[in-house]
Amino acid sequence: MRQSRASRWLLRALKLSLGLLVLVTAAGCHTDMWIQPKTVPLEESTFYADKSSARPLVPGTVARGHLEEDTPFFTGRDDNGQLVTAIPVKFNSDKEFKEFLLRGQERFNIYCTPCHGRLGDGQGMISKRGLALRRPPANYHTDRLRNMPIGHFYDVMTKGYGVMFSYASRVEPQDRWAIAAYIRALQLSQHADSADYTAAQRASRQSTGSLGTETQ
Amino acid sequence: MAQLFKPYANVIARTSIVIGGMLPVIVGLAAAAYSRSPYNTKVEVPLNQPIPFSHQHHAYELGIDCRYCHTSVEKSGYAGLPPTETCMSCHSQIWTNSPLLEPVRKSYEDNTPIQWNKVNTLPSFVNFNHSIHIARGINCNQCHGPVNDMQITFKGHPFMMQWCLQCHRAPEKYLYKDPDSHSLREQVFNVYWKLQEKGVSGMTPREQHLVKGEEQEEDGAKDVAEGKALVKQYGVKVQQLADCSVCHY
Ligand code: HEC
Ligand code: HEC
Ligand code: HEC
Ligand code: HEC
Ligand code: HEC
Ligand code: HEC
Repeated sequence: MRQSRASRWLLRALKLSLGLLVLVTAAGCHTDMWIQPKTVPLEESTFYADKSSARPLVPGTVARGHLEEDTPFFTGRDDNGQLVTAIPVKFNSDKEFKEFLLRGQERFNIYCTPCHGRLGDGQGMISKRGLALRRPPANYHTDRLRNMPIGHFYDVMTKGYGVMFSYASRVEPQDRWAIAAYIRALQLSQHADSADYTAAQRASRQSTGSLGTETQ
Repeated sequence: MAQLFKPYANVIARTSIVIGGMLPVIVGLAAAAYSRSPYNTKVEVPLNQPIPFSHQHHAYELGIDCRYCHTSVEKSGYAGLPPTETCMSCHSQIWTNSPLLEPVRKSYEDNTPIQWNKVNTLPSFVNFNHSIHIARGINCNQCHGPVNDMQITFKGHPFMMQWCLQCHRAPEKYLYKDPDSHSLREQVFNVYWKLQEKGVSGMTPREQHLVKGEEQEEDGAKDVAEGKALVKQYGVKVQQLADCSVCHY
């Protein structure tokens, strides 16, 4: 008798713990906190017809801080529509300018080298694959491009050029100027002759085979 | 009346009590094991995508920088996926007839986004931010596995809370400085340039683990000392980094 009461009690306890287990497990099935109604970038929207949660700007909208009044800085052209010949960015020290150039080098290596190559000679990996290209990427070391006002390079990045796409959505204006400056540096470096070096540099080149002032 | 319960019934009763008592525990453990198993977390299981995009091909063989496509990774919380235009900047020129790229061309013509299936996800109640991790020089592969080897993208780690915490509790084990790079941020991306230029054998042991997607081995005391120095230099607040409010708010 005693035993069966104990076993009944045990059975009840067992049922209870099983029930609890089911409850606890089911509680874990709630997904309302896992998948909240907020939208995260790139998420599909169930609300808009085109299913895009990121909404295009209403035409004419000016985002805060994006009133682009400084025409030369944002378009590479002065008020008369002529390409600017100097970088419309102010530098307070040589160090700042050097950092600007290094930034340009970094951005150039990310966004331009696949096609234009590390030297800007048009020999990027795309050209080297030997595939049929509609137009080969430009080589920057031609007289025409060496004599182009610097605004042209900014303009090409902003609007695209021929078959080349615009990089405006991926490279910010400040960085576009940095790239333009770096392209100028590349043009100088690839068009240098011995007259551009000081006597000391020439001597060091003869002894070590390098100039000892790498850009990297 | 014959005896209903044979003496061995006692044994059955006792064992079933023990088993019954343990059952919830066993089920619990099994459920936990299941939820952590690759079967559930889908770790290293390539996900079907509308286009068989290969990171191995683009990021390693062609050497395209991650930022060419994941533009915002170093300055915002989200790495972002490339818009169709980014693919077309090259594929309007090369492989213009490839049938594999048909969905890309269609998306470009119709102005409808390609719908990639998201490989890595966190629950909505967890906040994550890429830019701070990149600024501290933590490589993409540390969290995503060997992206440079992936034909079809897969999840390198299940982002369990415990996994995030093992680093947040002891960041000095994971922080390092590559002497060849200007900054911690830059070293993240230089790893892939180096891999392309020098191959695996030309890299430091730590970088080799990263590009092969191996777990980092138990660190030598030297590395941890370096990590500690970096924690100090960058003012990483180790005491607070594992606070709930860092990730849940
Ligand atoms: C996907 C390949 C590709 C990438 C990446 C690329 N370009 Fe180009 N670029 C081209 C091609 C192709 C041309 C030639 C266009 C033509 O002649 O129709 C070109 C031409 C140019 C020209 C020459 C324009 C002229 O007056 O002849 C400049 C300058 C230029 N690109 C700058 C850049 C810069 C700066 C970047 C990086 C932000 C960049 N490109 C990235 C493919 C590319
Ligand atoms: C040519 C463009 C391109 C480059 C370069 C690139 N990616 Fe991607 N990446 C993509 C696309 C497209 C996807 C979405 C499709 C997929 O998941 O495979 C993606 C997805 C990912 C994902 C998974 C995202 C998710 O769904 O959770 C990770 C992680 C990732 N990339 C990391 C990297 C890393 C690290 C690099 C640099 C080594 C890199 N990518 C370079 C285009 C690129
Ligand atoms: C910087 C240039 C570049 C960008 C950007 C790029 N690709 Fe490619 N892709 C290539 C090259 C080059 C090849 C093939 C080269 C080879 O096989 O020699 C290729 C090959 C491919 C192939 C294989 C095609 C075939 O028929 O075998 C697919 C699929 C592909 N890319 C998808 C994409 C997608 C999707 C994106 C956008 C997220 C993208 N690519 C962005 C350069 C690029
Ligand atoms: C500290 C770990 C960590 C590092 C380092 C990291 N990621 Fe991520 N990544 C994540 C997590 C976690 C997610 C999922 C985010 C979410 O779902 O909210 C993610 C998501 C992504 C996605 C999907 C799109 C998005 O933003 O949600 C891409 C693409 C990506 N990462 C690329 C990269 C690249 C490229 C790098 C290196 C430059 C990188 N990640 C470094 C943890 C990391
Ligand atoms: C390999 C190491 C590592 C991993 C893995 C890692 N983190 Fe971090 N995380 C860091 C470091 C280092 C910082 C920077 C702390 C600082 O400098 O104050 C950081 C910062 C953060 C911050 C910002 C903290 C702040 O002060 O604003 C968040 C949020 C965060 N991590 C979330 C995550 C999540 C979520 C995961 C897991 C998906 C994760 N982290 C995985 C190392 C890591
Ligand atoms: C470094 C970031 C980080 C910190 C710090 C953190 N969590 Fe989490 N937490 C996560 C992530 C990531 C997940 C999602 C795990 C998953 O997807 O399974 C999570 C999930 C959870 C969950 C959901 C239960 C589950 O299924 O795992 C709870 C509850 C939770 N965290 C509580 C806490 C508490 C309490 C603290 C403070 C002691 C804390 N977390 C600190 C990253 C963090």
